[in-house]
Amino acid sequence: MYLVFSFTMFLLGGSMAMVIRAELFQPGLQIVQPEFFNQMTTMHGLIMVFGAVMPAFVGLANWMIPLMIGAPDMALPRMNNWSFWLLPCAFLILVSTLFMEGGAPNFGWTFYAPLSTTYGPPSTTFFIFAIHIMGISSIMGAINVIATILNLRAPGMTLMKMPLFVWTWLITAFLLIAVMPVLAGVVTMMLMDINFGTSFFDASGGGDPVLFQHVFWFFGHPEVYIMILPAFGAISHIIPAFSRKPLFGYASMVYAVGAIALLSFIVWAHHMFTVGVPLAGQLFFMYATMLIAVPTGVKVFNWVATMFRGSLSFEAPMLFAVAFVILFTIGGFSGLMLAIAPSDFQYHDTYFVVAHFHYVLVPGAIFGIFAAAYFWLPKWTGHMYDEALAKTHFWLSFIGMNLAFFPMHFLGLAGMPRRIPDYALQFADFNMISSIGAFMFGATQLLFLLIVVRCVRGGEPAPAKPWEGAEGLEWTVPSPAPYHTFSTPPEVK
Amino acid sequence: MAENQTYYVPEQSKWPIVATIGLGVTLYGLASILVNGGRGESTTGAWVMFMVGALIMAYMLFGWFGSVIRESRAGLYSAQMDRSFRWGMSWFIFSEVMFFAAFFGALFYVRMFAVPWLGGEGDKGSSAMLWEGFQATWPLVQNPDPEAYPGPREVIGPWGLPLINTLLLVSSSFTVTVAHHALKAGHRHTVKVWLGATIVLGLSFLVLQAEEYVHAYQELDLTLQSGIYGSTFFMLTGFHGAHVTLGTLMLFIMLVRVFKGHFTADNHFGFEAAAWYWHFVDVVWLALFVFVYIL
Repeated sequence: MYLVFSFTMFLLGGSMAMVIRAELFQPGLQIVQPEFFNQMTTMHGLIMVFGAVMPAFVGLANWMIPLMIGAPDMALPRMNNWSFWLLPCAFLILVSTLFMEGGAPNFGWTFYAPLSTTYGPPSTTFFIFAIHIMGISSIMGAINVIATILNLRAPGMTLMKMPLFVWTWLITAFLLIAVMPVLAGVVTMMLMDINFGTSFFDASGGGDPVLFQHVFWFFGHPEVYIMILPAFGAISHIIPAFSRKPLFGYASMVYAVGAIALLSFIVWAHHMFTVGVPLAGQLFFMYATMLIAVPTGVKVFNWVATMFRGSLSFEAPMLFAVAFVILFTIGGFSGLMLAIAPSDFQYHDTYFVVAHFHYVLVPGAIFGIFAAAYFWLPKWTGHMYDEALAKTHFWLSFIGMNLAFFPMHFLGLAGMPRRIPDYALQFADFNMISSIGAFMFGATQLLFLLIVVRCVRGGEPAPAKPWEGAEGLEWTVPSPAPYHTFSTPPEVK
Repeated sequence: MAENQTYYVPEQSKWPIVATIGLGVTLYGLASILVNGGRGESTTGAWVMFMVGALIMAYMLFGWFGSVIRESRAGLYSAQMDRSFRWGMSWFIFSEVMFFAAFFGALFYVRMFAVPWLGGEGDKGSSAMLWEGFQATWPLVQNPDPEAYPGPREVIGPWGLPLINTLLLVSSSFTVTVAHHALKAGHRHTVKVWLGATIVLGLSFLVLQAEEYVHAYQELDLTLQSGIYGSTFFMLTGFHGAHVTLGTLMLFIMLVRVFKGHFTADNHFGFEAAAWYWHFVDVVWLALFVFVYIL
């Protein structure tokens, strides 16, 4: 069969871009002007969400799904290639706004109207088109994932025999196709309000700024699951592999992911309890949000049950996976606290919220990516990575991350608002601890770059199946996997 | 599922990169036009950029689809590829549905909540205090702040042009189905006639829609700037019109391909994809007709 070199380039370029992006971003604190600070929080959020976490998972999907289901490549490789190239293009436009007159977008990653419409900088128009391009890219990526999974499975691999990572991506892709167009719709309305005098978000013309928040969060809440579900999937491979036991409750895991995805469509207004949602609405969204804890609880229970009485060993992927389970649960609990509408009035827009979503995203999404990367690195490169360095990377990340984000809970409960460059003196100690933790976490990631580069360039050769307890088609082929691994479909019993 | 058939993997292609450059340049140009124009600066350079980008896009579309068609004609695609294309097209249409859902959602929210609240209904007393004496009506001809947003004199009634347009689109959905059946039965001449009829119907729809816009702008003062009714009206019908244009273009390309002798009785996914898209556009119009014009 033909080789698609461009596709390989996509994977390499994609993973490098991810690493670089993840590394680059440290919002400055003491030295900058408040205006610039606002731009930094905005860009940090946008780049981390759309530039780091999402492409990383898409990259994992592109590499692992064909291997896991016994396909040569994704179903629509050229479209896939296009969806990759669009990303650097979108970010080029987004980052170029930093150098424009009036500065970069400064209204937070949620770009609430009218801050982003009436009071936004001129560069907002560029920002809108960048979001459009990212949206096109994500939709095409997702269509591709779905087509691949539904169509290119090896004979004998029924839906309920699919690896969980594939399942979670199938559901994630569905979420992406359902909500990215809505995001495109809302930024288009912004574009019209800014440039063509419409009044979608302006009450004096009969519109409503709260409408923006409704439409945005209809996208926004599924979006956070888009960032976490593939991590769930990867963790569901890693924990059984290092416990040397099959995953506990496979079917319930699949249904739990499905339930989380469905519920994610009916909880959006819990982000906006304080804007004046009617009482009935607040009650509905509060209960619906709490309901999500049930399937999530099922998943956490199953992971723990998988480890229970297993013969555990703690290589780097497993360390990240265990930290994922513990810390994600903390993030989940603070999420429950925020879900309670009356108490949310107290926490809203404080550092408690910041602590909450960094606890779900950093040890959730990012640790999930690290765990998956270490787990499959031998398969990708054909070399083992340096285990001692990887463990150092884990412990420094773990300590740094907790040091950075745990004090934020206290800051938030004490009333420190988010997105401000300056604060009252009583918050100084915790903020200092938090900053030190953040620098530690940030610097540690350079170590990850080093580990990956060394692993790509050489190291102990990896066998086809480097982890004793691992299961799945991807381990049946040599490491590194040859181009177009399965040119004829393997049989799955 | 075909057992043990080998997978088809296409050779590498330059089109994705061309497409990216094209789209990026087009949108950057467009944004520059809007931003510089808004500041009252010259937009010549931005227009040049926009046009160059659009040309690259057109070149890319011809090239990309051209190569896909050539590969398909050469018989390189397997039944599996065909299924992948089908899934891809179905989910693409689903994403378009969600795109329109955002605008319909906005319309419903405004009509159900935002405007009545501004008029003092429910427990949202504070929004009623902003503009005292504002009456919540729909269609909203008197905006809360008429200084900032002068309302339309009148809105477009459903039983004139919009009804004709509805009939045009519904019958075009019918004609395209007839053409599809003829293609399956191998009656190529019938395909040409009915597909041609569909395109004519689509074009007449577009002409009438343009007529309606001119009427709204020049005689009714119903514009994008005339408050939320005008905003939702033009946003929904405008995006729908854009999709009809695209759909007509797709059908036109299919007609050209039929004339060139492409497609066989059981291998004509390009045609089907265009037909699916056309039905989707039709359904959106029916929703528009009901919610925007009648109710």
